[in-house]
Amino acid sequence: MVINDMAKDVDLAKHYLVPKHSVLSDTEKAKILEHYRITPKELPKIAKKDAGIAHLEVKEGDVIKIVRNSPTAGKSVFYRVVN
Amino acid sequence: MEDEIVDYEKYVYKQVASVQFSVISPKLIKKVATTKIVTPELYDKEGYPVDGGLMDTRLGVIDPGLKCRTCGAKLKECIGHFGYIELARPIIHIKFIDIILNIIKSTCHECGKVLIPKNKMTYYFKILETIELEQGIDTRRQKIKEIIASLKTTSKCPHCKAKQHKITLEKPTTVVEGEKRISPIEIRARLEKIPDEDCEIFGLNPLHARPEWMVLTVLPIPPVTMRPSITLESGERSEDDLTHKLGDIVRINQRLFENINAGAPEIIIEDLWDLLQYHITTYFDNNIAQVPPARHRSGQPLKTLTERIKSKDGRIRHNLAGKRTNFSARTVISPDPMIRLNEVGIPQEIAMKLTIPEKVHPWNIAYLKQFVQKGAETYPGANYIVRPDGKRKKITEETKEQFLEEVQPGYAIERHLMDGDISIFNRQPSLHRMSMMCHRIKILPYKTFRLNPAVCHPYNADFDGDEMNLHIPQTEEARAEAEVLMEVQTQLISPRYGLSVIGCVQDSISGNYILTKYFTQLTRSEAVDLLSSVGITEFSRLPNRKTVTGKDVFSCMLPEDFSFVGKSRSKEVDGSNEVVIVNGKLEKGVIDRSNLGEGSGLLLRNLHKKYGPDKTLQIINNIFRLGIKTLLKRGFSVGIGDSDLEVKGKEKVTNILKKVDMDVQKLIENYKQGELEAFPGRTILETLELKILEQLNNARNESGSIATEATEDSTGTRIMVESGARGNIINIAQMAACVGQQALRGRRIGIGYSGRTLSCFKRGDLTPTARGFVSNSFKSGMTPSEFFFGSMTGRDSLMDTALRTPKSGYLYRRLANAMQDLRVEYDGTVRDASRKIVQFSYGEDGIDVAKSEKGVINIKKIIESVM
Ligand SMILES: [Mg+2]
Ligand SMILES: [Zn+2]
Ligand SMILES: [Zn+2]
Repeated sequence: MVINDMAKDVDLAKHYLVPKHSVLSDTEKAKILEHYRITPKELPKIAKKDAGIAHLEVKEGDVIKIVRNSPTAGKSVFYRVVN
Repeated sequence: MEDEIVDYEKYVYKQVASVQFSVISPKLIKKVATTKIVTPELYDKEGYPVDGGLMDTRLGVIDPGLKCRTCGAKLKECIGHFGYIELARPIIHIKFIDIILNIIKSTCHECGKVLIPKNKMTYYFKILETIELEQGIDTRRQKIKEIIASLKTTSKCPHCKAKQHKITLEKPTTVVEGEKRISPIEIRARLEKIPDEDCEIFGLNPLHARPEWMVLTVLPIPPVTMRPSITLESGERSEDDLTHKLGDIVRINQRLFENINAGAPEIIIEDLWDLLQYHITTYFDNNIAQVPPARHRSGQPLKTLTERIKSKDGRIRHNLAGKRTNFSARTVISPDPMIRLNEVGIPQEIAMKLTIPEKVHPWNIAYLKQFVQKGAETYPGANYIVRPDGKRKKITEETKEQFLEEVQPGYAIERHLMDGDISIFNRQPSLHRMSMMCHRIKILPYKTFRLNPAVCHPYNADFDGDEMNLHIPQTEEARAEAEVLMEVQTQLISPRYGLSVIGCVQDSISGNYILTKYFTQLTRSEAVDLLSSVGITEFSRLPNRKTVTGKDVFSCMLPEDFSFVGKSRSKEVDGSNEVVIVNGKLEKGVIDRSNLGEGSGLLLRNLHKKYGPDKTLQIINNIFRLGIKTLLKRGFSVGIGDSDLEVKGKEKVTNILKKVDMDVQKLIENYKQGELEAFPGRTILETLELKILEQLNNARNESGSIATEATEDSTGTRIMVESGARGNIINIAQMAACVGQQALRGRRIGIGYSGRTLSCFKRGDLTPTARGFVSNSFKSGMTPSEFFFGSMTGRDSLMDTALRTPKSGYLYRRLANAMQDLRVEYDGTVRDASRKIVQFSYGEDGIDVAKSEKGVINIKKIIESVM
């Protein structure tokens, strides 16, 4: 129980191991879908209750942009759709 | 693209939404059945199948000429139809006995309800649902029993207050309540009483699986097509095991009917009933522990339904998962350094069994007739002749002449394998695409497959008894595909790390090292000798001097416009380790494993980039031979004398070992005195161990470096180590100076007898000798206790590899299977079979490793080459 209380005080988004998550606007989302010529169902998924996006206000169908540190590319961009 | 996606979905005709498994109901059995089987007779006097018998033609046909009475189709067109028999008395289905028992135990025999009070039902139902989700349905049924036991209502039904009795199973199929046996009729009646809602508690959907269906009242008879009879040469018919078993069932069932109708005494009826239960039980499974297996008259057990499916020789592992190939061969492999890299040596014996079909044309008819003329017994001949209608005829001494006349365009000749034919060579486990490569055939004497030691690496093969498989593609398309996509030179660059997977190994590395480092005064004729033995006849590239160097000879292997700068692992006589090639001339440096070896250095990678696969393979081939021929000319041997130390060196090693012994003694003394200070987070004893270990390791390393200094550096052993051909400095040190500490799980050896490792030491002895430090060298010889410590670590590492290999192999297999249909699309994304994106850019950087240099793209070099 104590562990849970502590978890409340930690802002996961600020932890150095957690990559940056952000919500795409509708135009940005449309642009991504157009660029890869896909529908949202071809995107990888992310759970609405995922701890990484707990600090964001998201609804189902939103696309989350994740920028990760990559050993091969330096920075790598990833998109996941909320559901 | 938009259209393409639409097109893609157009072909999905119907999608399977779900699969429903269920227990087949008596009603459904009758509904799918075409025939009611009423007689155990199979054939009448004329040999025709009896109506209502087990071979009834309404069940399908197995005789050519007969027609199926159900669908009208002929042999091989009709897949067969089920029949059924009405059982005189209900019979327990052996495969459901556990579930039946469980349900009977958990329900009331009066009202049929589950023995859980109504008010607690919803609570337990939820628990059961989660248990099934997490641990499966068997655990769920187990849990129901536990719940009822915990409720302490076992003796009385919470619904109708009826008294409950203890129910046990007398294996295999007899259910006993208290002292009394419950008959299958009673069991079925009780199961029928269970309300639909209560079925769901057991995880049964009453629509698809009513519990009483697990007690058989009708038995489906499988179609004859799945139990065909075979006609022996004597004309006698031999029936399938299943037909035999079904015959027993039908016969006993009819007897039971007759006895019941005649009002025979109950004892006789019960005996027959039990017999019928036995037959039906063994029909489903002839390997039940308490049941003697049903046997043929010859005494061998019948193969009934379960045996057909189960285990290694069953339908699944043998027929569905098992794969077999024609035109393939397997034998032991052995090395042949003079065979080319993309060749494989084939024993003539095998070459005369495996064939290649060649179509006869007006242009090659004379050529192909030669093979027919030779026949199947002489090499190179032909085994079969294929007529245009596809009929294959064996070529024999007698038929030969006739076929020679007959052959004309449109025929095909299956001729023996010959040099240069295409084959696919493979070694298991095939973890790689390089585990199956296309090689050209080379016919050789003796009975093993021969391959160049340099291609061992991609196959992960060695010659300690390894066997490999060979396949001969049979069509022009398959051969073209193998040649273009799979031939050895196309596989040179590894898609894993972007460097050559094939390079020089063993002797050829030592040879090139010697050639480029020590051969400074070759006479011109010696050099020409060397080159021509490699197969090079163009000597104009040798400098026009009386004496040339090994570097000059090596340079002849390289293309004239090739330049390269790199590093070698060993040092030139002057101490530098630079390798410089300018315009196809090795100006500076020693050639060793870091430039020739597989998976190391950019020399081979750059050659490949500039000159392509074929030329690179040719170069590797030549360099390989050059190394070997150099060794052959110079001579090369290793001996224990290679690790002789100079007198001074020997003294130094002895001093180091003496000193470390004293230092450790001091540490132990300190420890016993209580003066040792513990490292943070460690006990004092652990600290002592760490310190001792550090001291001993230092001593081993020091004596090791002295050993390398104090041994002669042009000996075979040293050359192998320096060039990277085999062995390392530790090996030399262990031979020359000191074997060092034997460790088990990262610690000094501490197990064995109580308080000591071996009974020849004092209890609590912490000295190096008593805890596995081997101060002798392999050459000086070990003491018995040292040898024993060595064996301990040896056994430990043997166990470790034996246990780890299958684990990591399975881990790899799971990964490979999970990712097998991922692919990189044209837009650079990685997608799965349903086109879902897995990675937005392959490897996050979008680099095709096979086209890179060790995973990176050398932009500087590209710019330079363009400028
Ligand atoms: Mg082996
Ligand atoms: Zn039919
Ligand atoms: Zn009851």
